[in-house]
Amino acid sequence: MVEILLDATVRAGTPILFATLGAIINERAGIINLGIEGLMLIGALAGFAGTFVSGSLLIGVLAAFAAAFIAGSIHALITVQLRGNQIVSGLALTMLGIGITALFGKTMVGRTIEGFERIAIPLLSELPVVGRAFFNQDLLIYFSFLLVFKVWFFFYRTRWGLAVRTLGENPAAADTCGVPVNLYKFLAVTVGSGFVGIGGAYLSLATTPMWIENMSAGRGWIAVALVIFAGWSSPRALFGAYLFGGITAMQLRFQAMGTTVSAHILQMLPYVFTIVVLVISTLRLQKGASQQPESLGLPYDREDRK
Amino acid sequence: MKLVTERRELSSQLLRFCAPLVSIAVALFVAGFLLLAAGVNPLAAYQDILVESLGSLYGLSETLVKTTPLIFAGLGVSLAFRMQIWNIGAEGQIYMGAMAASGVALFSGIDNHGLMLLAMFSAAFLCGGCWAGVAGFLRARWQVNEVIVTLLMNYIAILFVDYLVYGPWKDPKGFNFPLTAQFSDAARLAEYFDTRLHSGFFLALFMALVLYLFMERTIWGYEIKVIGSNPKAAQYAGMKTGLAIFTVLFLSGAIAGVAGFSEVAGLQHRLQHGISPGYGYTAIIIAWLAKRSAIGVVIVAFLMGVLLVGGDSLQIYWQLPVAFVYAFQGLILFFLLASDFFIQYRVKLVRGAAHG
Repeated sequence: MVEILLDATVRAGTPILFATLGAIINERAGIINLGIEGLMLIGALAGFAGTFVSGSLLIGVLAAFAAAFIAGSIHALITVQLRGNQIVSGLALTMLGIGITALFGKTMVGRTIEGFERIAIPLLSELPVVGRAFFNQDLLIYFSFLLVFKVWFFFYRTRWGLAVRTLGENPAAADTCGVPVNLYKFLAVTVGSGFVGIGGAYLSLATTPMWIENMSAGRGWIAVALVIFAGWSSPRALFGAYLFGGITAMQLRFQAMGTTVSAHILQMLPYVFTIVVLVISTLRLQKGASQQPESLGLPYDREDRK
Repeated sequence: MKLVTERRELSSQLLRFCAPLVSIAVALFVAGFLLLAAGVNPLAAYQDILVESLGSLYGLSETLVKTTPLIFAGLGVSLAFRMQIWNIGAEGQIYMGAMAASGVALFSGIDNHGLMLLAMFSAAFLCGGCWAGVAGFLRARWQVNEVIVTLLMNYIAILFVDYLVYGPWKDPKGFNFPLTAQFSDAARLAEYFDTRLHSGFFLALFMALVLYLFMERTIWGYEIKVIGSNPKAAQYAGMKTGLAIFTVLFLSGAIAGVAGFSEVAGLQHRLQHGISPGYGYTAIIIAWLAKRSAIGVVIVAFLMGVLLVGGDSLQIYWQLPVAFVYAFQGLILFFLLASDFFIQYRVKLVRGAAHG
């Protein structure tokens, strides 16, 4: 029972985990990205279509990354080069994502593909309780573990990571040190968007191997809230994403057990829970040293003297 | 040769005025390529949009029917924008307003026409206001990000209305469709000219006028503007920013909630699944395009009404998904943001080794 629930938790949490990691990369460079929901949809459709056309899941995942990368570059261009309002640009990206995936996804509705399959890691998958949930999963989940580590390593153990973090804190200082501010910000937004796209692709390639219009159903927004919960750190994002995976898994479990509580009320739980968690993590932020990048949401113009 | 940008000393009024129009035009142009890629002739599609929404009196009335909720929701969102508060939750507030108005219509048993409508209006106003007020309270008290809270509450509101119309409020004689029983005649707004145009439209225009006077002619309107543009200065001047944030979000949600009242009392005459097909999200664009002016909201809401009615016809004639309208709206916003840059900055080609 616990094994099954834990397994469902990881599978439900993974798309949110990718999206949260992508959003963290954006926000570390000082750019708020409210386009996560749209990027997930773009990734989901590109991933599905790529796999459907080529027959290869790998190509599907690459297509998801590439499509979200390109869509993210619009947000990057507007917010970095043109110094536009990040909130409005992100909302526009979400709308664009919902719209174009509905338009181009029409031909993909009702098609089927072979989704990702579980690959058991010898010995580890035999472990009690955690074995099935963490070591008998599909390749994308193993990749998500790796990505959590990679993102942490990048930001805290490499020069480039330090440079990107500085962009979020104090871009003028980074500029003085010779960091190409706009280029790095642009790359943080686009690469981050790409990972969000893979989160979307997880929905259409593993969760349910098909394309459904608007299939992300608010997960992108949950990811945006989780960034704050995670304090802009990738290991905490893993924890947060699984927390939500757990809520979703439990809600599905309740429904399967035939509870008398309405399915609509149960479906509210993840959203209600996200708000509660957001309030708690905001309170915690104010008490301790704030993890929030200092210049988050502010456009950078070298000519603005401070 | 090198491209450099420099800040304009004065941004031209003409550019400012033209920017939204140019943005819409460029968005139309780019969306044309999207349509081409989806196998639709864009010129024919655009022609259909115009003919369907403006080409006949009936079409025009349908456009005004769609404009009505957009004006309410757009006004609500733009009121919050004035204060740099982001109310992305108009969609949920419309649902809660519609739910409250329907509750009164179905269960209050009032049979006086005027009294019934007044009760429904007040219920929608309060319920929409409280729904947004939650985000307002959290923001004012603990600085909780209102964008995320208002947005997540949309999902909760829509699910709650679904719960009601699939569950306790379902019409027993409704053949199991997710809708409530029809309202009595006392709970219906007047309709005109044998069309679906109802008095909610005029209520929306009146609301725009009230809001215009409130924003431009009262001290509260002025305070909202000051708090929005410089919260520190507002605090030094003794303005109660926390209270103002809560009040503005409450009012913003309340006005959006009235859209729900107008939809159920004027158009649907019952509560049902999918009562708003995204009016609350379109309202965000309306508020941004209108530069937060109440009169501007009315004009832009009409343009978006044209687009929505036209979008419905594209669905019928070209089998395009309704959500395509979102792609178009997203493009408009992108180009508007880009145009802001060219209003503020001048781009120059400089010869030789220029040092930026």
